[in-house]
Amino acid sequence: MNSQDKNQRSAYAAVEKRARVARTLRTAATYVLLSVWALAVLFPFYWMILTSFKSYSSYNAEYIPKFYASSPTWQNYVDAFTTVNLGRYFLNTLIFTVATTALMLVVITLAAFAFARLNFRGKSLAFTLLLALMMIPTELVIITNYATITNLDMRNTFLGLILPSVTSVFYIYLLKENFAQIPDELYYAAKVDGTSDMKYLLRVMIPMCKPTLVTVTILKVIECWNAYVWPRLITDDEAYFLVSNGIQEIRENGFGRENIPAMMAAVVVISVPLVVLFLIFRKKIMEGVSRGGLKG
Amino acid sequence: MEQNNRKAWLYLLPAMAFLGVFMVYPLVDVLVYSFEEGYNFASQQYFGVGWYNYAYVLHNRYFLQAVKNTFLLVIITVPISTGLSLLISIGLSSIKRLRNLFQTIFFLPYVTNTLAVGLVFMILFKKTEYSDGLVNLVITRLGGTPVDFIDGPYWTKMLVLCVYTIWIVMPFKILILTSALASVNDTYYNAARIDGTSRWRMFTKITLPMISPTIFYLVITGFIGAFKAYSDAVALFGTDLNTAGMNTIVGYIYDMLYGNSGGYPSYASAAAIVLFFIVLTITCINLTVSKKHVHY
Repeated sequence: MNSQDKNQRSAYAAVEKRARVARTLRTAATYVLLSVWALAVLFPFYWMILTSFKSYSSYNAEYIPKFYASSPTWQNYVDAFTTVNLGRYFLNTLIFTVATTALMLVVITLAAFAFARLNFRGKSLAFTLLLALMMIPTELVIITNYATITNLDMRNTFLGLILPSVTSVFYIYLLKENFAQIPDELYYAAKVDGTSDMKYLLRVMIPMCKPTLVTVTILKVIECWNAYVWPRLITDDEAYFLVSNGIQEIRENGFGRENIPAMMAAVVVISVPLVVLFLIFRKKIMEGVSRGGLKG
Repeated sequence: MEQNNRKAWLYLLPAMAFLGVFMVYPLVDVLVYSFEEGYNFASQQYFGVGWYNYAYVLHNRYFLQAVKNTFLLVIITVPISTGLSLLISIGLSSIKRLRNLFQTIFFLPYVTNTLAVGLVFMILFKKTEYSDGLVNLVITRLGGTPVDFIDGPYWTKMLVLCVYTIWIVMPFKILILTSALASVNDTYYNAARIDGTSRWRMFTKITLPMISPTIFYLVITGFIGAFKAYSDAVALFGTDLNTAGMNTIVGYIYDMLYGNSGGYPSYASAAAIVLFFIVLTITCINLTVSKKHVHY
């Protein structure tokens, strides 16, 4: 082996080593960055759970907040359900979410079916108008809706909460696009067999488009669970508060402003259902949001 | 295809009824309201037709404060959250181990109730007589002087609002960007690697152009979303945002409609229409810019 060859080989090894070090450093930096953000995301959750287990007196005695609860207690959770009507807010939100989502599913399925499957005069005009409506922000229509619901004497009723929340132009569009992908041949075959349109919709189209329907359902449930603005406008009777309004009420005159541990217990209770739902349907939810979700 | 006019409209009827009552009619009505000078719910009367409502709103100091707050919020949070989420998504797509775990954690803020978690941010930043709060503890350790972020000077409140807004909007952006990054064809990278292209060059010449439509989509939706900020501010500063000096444009609209200054749908309508045109203008500017820079 001559010396030139040896030199070449050692130079090669040096280059390779440098590349390896650079790669390791880069990977390490990546993990550090991701961990820092993960901490930033998780910390508020940790803090709310931690605080919810501190007793009222020990929380207020800690001038410098502790990162652990020295004598954990369930008392705050008991307070959250007894001192304020948290159970009632929960039930209201559940009723509101289920009713709104169910009603919306029926309405958008029928509309999407008409646009995707049926042929009628004025179809393209109607569809264009529908698309134009997608650009209308809620802020613009909420003023009149408030007046409408007030005039119909539906303030502090479930109907008043639910009806204006049903409309979802974007979901009609999303479902229509999905329905339109089902080949025409299936429809004609069903027609030859004497299947009615409604039966075809229920037996063929809905099962085939189940993923989209699930997506839409999930997005609507999240939206309903977090609804704040409309419920706040339309309810001032505590018996009809949803969780968002409930938590605001608790903050402003619930436990006496200073009982932060009990407040945090309420926050934990309110956050749990959606987080559990998310952990179960993680894939579906993330897929759904990237297909049709918006936030903010 | 056969025409079945009557049946199709029957299928569309529920959707048309909902959209008609709660979207189309309100759109017309909001314009009417905005020109009925000084109309309010209590007296059911107005003193003329004209531009007075717009003049009132545009000279109202609470509205101007709200406009300032909203613009600051938009200008600060949109670039930061987009940049940060791009950085994190690139990190996410370059690792294999723990990737699912990180993705799950990063998505958590999306499925939380804005009002509820806002309370956690409030107690993290708030300074009371019992405790300086956690953030102030850190500031003190680092040698700074503690400030009350929730009831303190303007910049501190704005800072908390921005931090919370960014925390809330990140999951959606990370999700969308990660899937955009995954969809860039590997062939380009392999070709570049054979040519010995540096990583930075690969990023600016391949990755960025390929995902530029997604980035612009996120910037546009980010602008629109941030212009409609409201419930995050309520979560942090309570419902009386005008007194806190932290109202947003949307908050101003709702306050005009209901709440402390409540009952003036004509002012609310004028403000809502002003907001609509601000958002429309900004979106048009964004679209023009994106035509120049986005590679399809």
